[in-house]
Amino acid sequence: MSDHVLRIADLHVEFKVFEGRLKVLNGIYMDVGPGARVGLVGEAGCGKTTMMRCILGILQSPPGKITNGTILFHDQNILKMSQANLQRMRGGGISMIFQDPVAALNPVFTVGDQLTSVIRYAATKKMDKKQIRRRAIKALGDVQLPDPDRMFASYPVQLSGGMRQRVCIAMALATEPKLMIADEPTTALDVTIQAQVLRLLNALVEERSTSVIFITHSLGVVKEMADWVYVMYAGNIVEGATKEILFERPLHPYTRGLLGALPKLTGGGMAEGIPGRIPDYLNPPTGCRFNPRCSRAMQMCSGDRPGLSEVGPDHRVACYLYGGDANVE
Amino acid sequence: MSNDLLIVENLQKFFVTSRGTVRAVDDVSFTVKEGETLGIVGESGSGKSTVAYTIIGLHAPTGGRVTFDGKDMSTGISKRPRSLKRLLQIVFQDPGTSLNPRRTIEQILSLPLQVHGVGTRRGRRNSVIELLKRVELPANYLFKSPHALGGGERQMVAIARALATDPRLMILDEPTSALDVSIQAKIINMLCGFQDDMNLTYLFITHDLSLMRNVASRVAIMYLGKVYELASTDEFFERPLQPYTKMLLSSIPVVLPEEEAVKPPLIVSEGEIPSPVNVPPGCAFHTRCPEMHEDCDADEPRLVEVKEGHFVRCHKCAAPIVAESAAAGKE
Repeated sequence: MSDHVLRIADLHVEFKVFEGRLKVLNGIYMDVGPGARVGLVGEAGCGKTTMMRCILGILQSPPGKITNGTILFHDQNILKMSQANLQRMRGGGISMIFQDPVAALNPVFTVGDQLTSVIRYAATKKMDKKQIRRRAIKALGDVQLPDPDRMFASYPVQLSGGMRQRVCIAMALATEPKLMIADEPTTALDVTIQAQVLRLLNALVEERSTSVIFITHSLGVVKEMADWVYVMYAGNIVEGATKEILFERPLHPYTRGLLGALPKLTGGGMAEGIPGRIPDYLNPPTGCRFNPRCSRAMQMCSGDRPGLSEVGPDHRVACYLYGGDANVE
Repeated sequence: MSNDLLIVENLQKFFVTSRGTVRAVDDVSFTVKEGETLGIVGESGSGKSTVAYTIIGLHAPTGGRVTFDGKDMSTGISKRPRSLKRLLQIVFQDPGTSLNPRRTIEQILSLPLQVHGVGTRRGRRNSVIELLKRVELPANYLFKSPHALGGGERQMVAIARALATDPRLMILDEPTSALDVSIQAKIINMLCGFQDDMNLTYLFITHDLSLMRNVASRVAIMYLGKVYELASTDEFFERPLQPYTKMLLSSIPVVLPEEEAVKPPLIVSEGEIPSPVNVPPGCAFHTRCPEMHEDCDADEPRLVEVKEGHFVRCHKCAAPIVAESAAAGKE
C-alpha cells in the first residue's frame, strides 16, 4: 500500500467536437493523502469538473476521451477498472457532493428512499431493512438535521436549500467512504448558511478522517476548508502548496492575479483583474497556457510547457520564473 | 434635501400566492444622493431584488412612494413617461438570459437608441460602435450574437445597453455574481470609471460584502423584506451594531490576516432563514439572534437613527433611543 488515497499522474482528456479536439485536461498531477483535506481552486471552464468526472469514472464518452494518464485509488487504476468494480468504488470508496442540492436529489422519492438505496448499494455485507433504516436515521442525525425521523419521510421540496445540502452530505458520508469529493457544495447557499455547512463538513471529515477534495472557485472557502491547495488554470495544475504557503507566498503569476483580484474586506478600492480570458481549448496557446495573459511572460514560456517543480518544502509551481530554484524571491 | 436623486418611502410589495401573502418588501425607506453608490446587501429572500424591480417599474408597488428627481414614480412602468424611463436603467445578474440570443450585438445596442430617439438612423451604427468602445470591446463585435461572447463580455454588452440612453440612475442587480473574480475586478473598475465620468448614481445590489466594501458609499442591509441597518460604508464595516449585520460579517470567508482582523468576533450562525410567507412576529431576526431578549418576539423594532446617518432596527442596540423617541411621540 502506498501512502496515498488518490494519485493522479499526467492526466490528459480531450473532447471531440465538430471543429476538432478540445484539449481540456493537459497533464494533471495531484496527490491526496489519507485524511488530507485538499482544495482545488480554479475559475469557470478550467476543467475542475472534468477532472472530478474522470475520478468517478463518469466522464461522458464520447465526446470525452482520456488520452493519457493514470488515476490510482488505493493503488488501483480507476481508468482500467471494470464497470462492476467502478460501481462498487463509487458507493463505498469515493462519494460525491454536488453543487446544486436541488438537482442532486430526486424530487419524487423521499429523503429516506434515496438515503437507504445508497446504503444498500454500498453495503459490503447483507443488511436487513431495519439496520439500513437505523443507519440512515443516524446519518441524518450526524448532519444535525432536526427530527431525523420526520426528515426520513420528507420529500426534498419540503426542505430548505441548506437542509437539502445537509441531506446530500449525509448521503455522501453514510457509506463511510475513504475519499469524498465536494464540488462547490456551498456555492448555492447564503453566507450565513454556508458558514454552518462548512463548519459541519469540517467536523464530520475530521471525526471520520475521510480524505476530501474540495472543489471551489472561492479562495476564501478554500482557506476555511483545506490544508493543501491546488490552483488550476486551463487544464493544468499551476501551483500546489500547503494553505499557509499558498496564501502567504503565492508564486505563480496566475495565483497572484487571482488573489489580487479579490475584493478585500479592508476596503481600499478594487485591484486590477487579470486581462484577457481563458483560452480556447481548440487551439490552446503552446507552452504555458497562461502566457498570453501573463505580465511576466518570457520567450521560453510559449515553447515547452513548464512542469510542476518543487520550489520549496510543500510547494510546487509550474512556471519558468521559479524553475528548480527554491530561493527566488 | 435637494441632492437626493431617488427617494423611497415606506415601499411595500406583496405577492399573493396560494400559500399566503409573501411580504417581499415591507416598509422600506431610503434615499440615494446624486453621484453616490448605495449598496443593498441581503441573503436570498431578503427582498433586495424586489426593491430594485419595483423602482425600475417591473412591479407596481403595493404601497409607498418612489420619487425620482422630484417626480412621483409609484406607478408601474407602463404609466411612466418615456422621458423618465430613459434616465433609469438596470443591469441584471445573468447576462446569459438578459440578452436576446437571436439578436446581434448591434441590434441589442441600437434598440434603446431607437426607442428613445437618440441620434439619427444613419448615425446609429457609429453610436453603437462608440458604445462598444466605451466598454472596451472591438467594433467587429457588432455582428456577433451573445452566445459567441464570454460571460464577462456579455455583461459588458448589458452595461453598454444600459449606458446607451445616457441614464442618471443605474440599478446594478448582482452584476458580477455570475462571473469569475478576475473578470469581476475589471467590470467593477469600469463601472467606477463611468460613474466618475458621467456623474452616474448607482443602486448596487449584491450579497458579497467584500465587494460592497470597495464600491459603495453607503450600505443598507436587508432581512426578510426590511432594512435592518443603514450606514456609511466605513461606519457599517467598522462599527456594525445590528446582531444580524455582525453575524453576516463574521461569516464571510476571507483570505488575508488583516481582513480577519477587521471582522467582528465570530457569531456562530444558527437556524434557517424563515420563509417570507411566515415572517416571525416582532423582530423578524429574533429566531436566530444571539442577543434576543423578551421584547423581541412581541414588538417590532423601528429603524432609528442612533448616530448621524447610521440607522438600526433593533430593540437592544437602539433601546435607549427608541424609548426617548417613543416618549416624544406620545406628547
